[in-house]
Amino acid sequence: MAEGVTRVIEVQHITKRYGRFTAVDDVSFRVEPGEILGFLGPNGAGKTTTMRILTGYMPATTGKAIVAGHDVFERPLEAKRRTGYLPETPPLYPEMTVRQYLAFVATLKGIASNERRRRVDWAMERTRVAEVADRHCAKLSKGYRQRVGLAQAIIHNPEVLILDEPTAGLDPKQILETRELIKSLAGDHTVILSTHILPEVAQTCQRVVIINKGRVVAVDTPTNLTARLRGGETMYVQVDAGGADASPVLREVPGVVRVALADTHDGGVGYEVESATHSDVRRDLARAIVGKGWGLLELRPLRLSLEEIFLQLTTEESSQEVPRA
Amino acid sequence: MRNVLAIAGREMRSYFASPIAYFVIGLFALIFGWFFYAILVLFAEQSLRMGQMMGPSSLNVNQMLIRPLLLNASVVVLFFLPMVTMRTFAEEKRSGTFELLLTSPVTDAQLVLGKFLGAMALFAMMLLVTGLDVALLFWFGNPEWKQVASAYLGLLLMGGAFISIGLFFSSVTRNQIVAVALTFATLLMLWVINWVADSAGPTLRAVLEALSITDHYDDFSKGVIDTKHIVYYLSFITFGLFLTAKSVDSERWRG
Repeated sequence: MAEGVTRVIEVQHITKRYGRFTAVDDVSFRVEPGEILGFLGPNGAGKTTTMRILTGYMPATTGKAIVAGHDVFERPLEAKRRTGYLPETPPLYPEMTVRQYLAFVATLKGIASNERRRRVDWAMERTRVAEVADRHCAKLSKGYRQRVGLAQAIIHNPEVLILDEPTAGLDPKQILETRELIKSLAGDHTVILSTHILPEVAQTCQRVVIINKGRVVAVDTPTNLTARLRGGETMYVQVDAGGADASPVLREVPGVVRVALADTHDGGVGYEVESATHSDVRRDLARAIVGKGWGLLELRPLRLSLEEIFLQLTTEESSQEVPRA
Repeated sequence: MRNVLAIAGREMRSYFASPIAYFVIGLFALIFGWFFYAILVLFAEQSLRMGQMMGPSSLNVNQMLIRPLLLNASVVVLFFLPMVTMRTFAEEKRSGTFELLLTSPVTDAQLVLGKFLGAMALFAMMLLVTGLDVALLFWFGNPEWKQVASAYLGLLLMGGAFISIGLFFSSVTRNQIVAVALTFATLLMLWVINWVADSAGPTLRAVLEALSITDHYDDFSKGVIDTKHIVYYLSFITFGLFLTAKSVDSERWRG
């Protein structure tokens, strides 16, 4: 993070309370230009509330948010003009055709009438909804609704795109297409997307904000998050020791701190070998096993998946869902 | 202004895309037509009797026909306009499109004004259809057009006041039935509020009569355009729209 880079989005100590219930609790983070930031958290964690605050749909109880260089509370119209927003449910008018609808949104977003048609065509082409341009929004499939919602969000070529669960309810092919679309939009646009699906974050986002019960639990790149939580390195080793227990031998390898039996296969036993931080024990492990005359069937590092990280960070989460007002 | 017109235009489109516009305009025309017929028959009978008694002098078409007709119409309007306004905000909240409007660079005032103009345009169409009946009178009779124009101006202003109340109640709920019920109850109350005026003390009486939303229409229907009444309706509309804008704003805070 170079010093002096303008932050497109800067959220400072935002808190949102509904009565006595705190939906968002002292959330702060930044987004750099052209970045895709993933907003990750279980349902009811405060993702939607945070996004609604950033889009100017509702004010925060306390705190400050700057979007596209403008304070969303002090100069909401300026910020809104530069923000595209796809809410959880695409905000479509059932009685309008896709083209009419997008032209209406274009007008609302302040696009001049002589440019409107061109912008509508551009957005439809970008989100691949041109083939349903004259269909009524009420008759669209879930995938198209979502894409028209996306078209609506990008129509005024906003600096900032805020997408609330953009892939929810899509089939796998549509999910891939939508992700590609979002990736292609980053660069020109700064994107915040929320999701509770972890692979999505790993595949599309440069940085992740993990939020739970209204609080930010972690902010980092997916890779760093994985590394940070790993502590030491864990290897999976599968050995054909001819029935003998290989664990004493493995334990003697320098750097190894713990060996545990993982699973047994026909002709092989799997161990999880944990080593101290920053020591690569793979060569020594292989040498020790081969030196004993055993067969080394498999040797690979075990990485914590984002799922595990997520669970680690949010373990104390109670089972009941937090109601969202 | 562009935003206001865009919202008003979309509002109109959605009235005509759903059956609401056709039902409201059609049924209003039907009921108005029935009133027209009933009063016309009565007027014809009275004219005939008057003619027999006093020779060939004619009754005043404006006073005896158009005025009672449009007074009745004002009550019919009171029944119909809540149906026009009930969905304005409630439906947007229910379907989630409210989120689009509130996150677009549009002020609350523009949003409320757009909705108001959309509903007013539909109301104007309802009145336009009734104009056909009244036009017949010009064809066969000789009414005073200024008086008719004044009555229509009054209707438009009164309808505006009804609409501003309807918009407000639609903005406080996401349930259209609740919106229509609250609007209707309030309008009825404002209509009958002066019914106890005769037995009330002088101060209360003045207040009750000033509040009555249909009372102010009476002068218009007589062909008298009094600034007092225009100011009443305009301030009523402004106040209603102001409350609506505040309600939209408070919705943000409550979430």
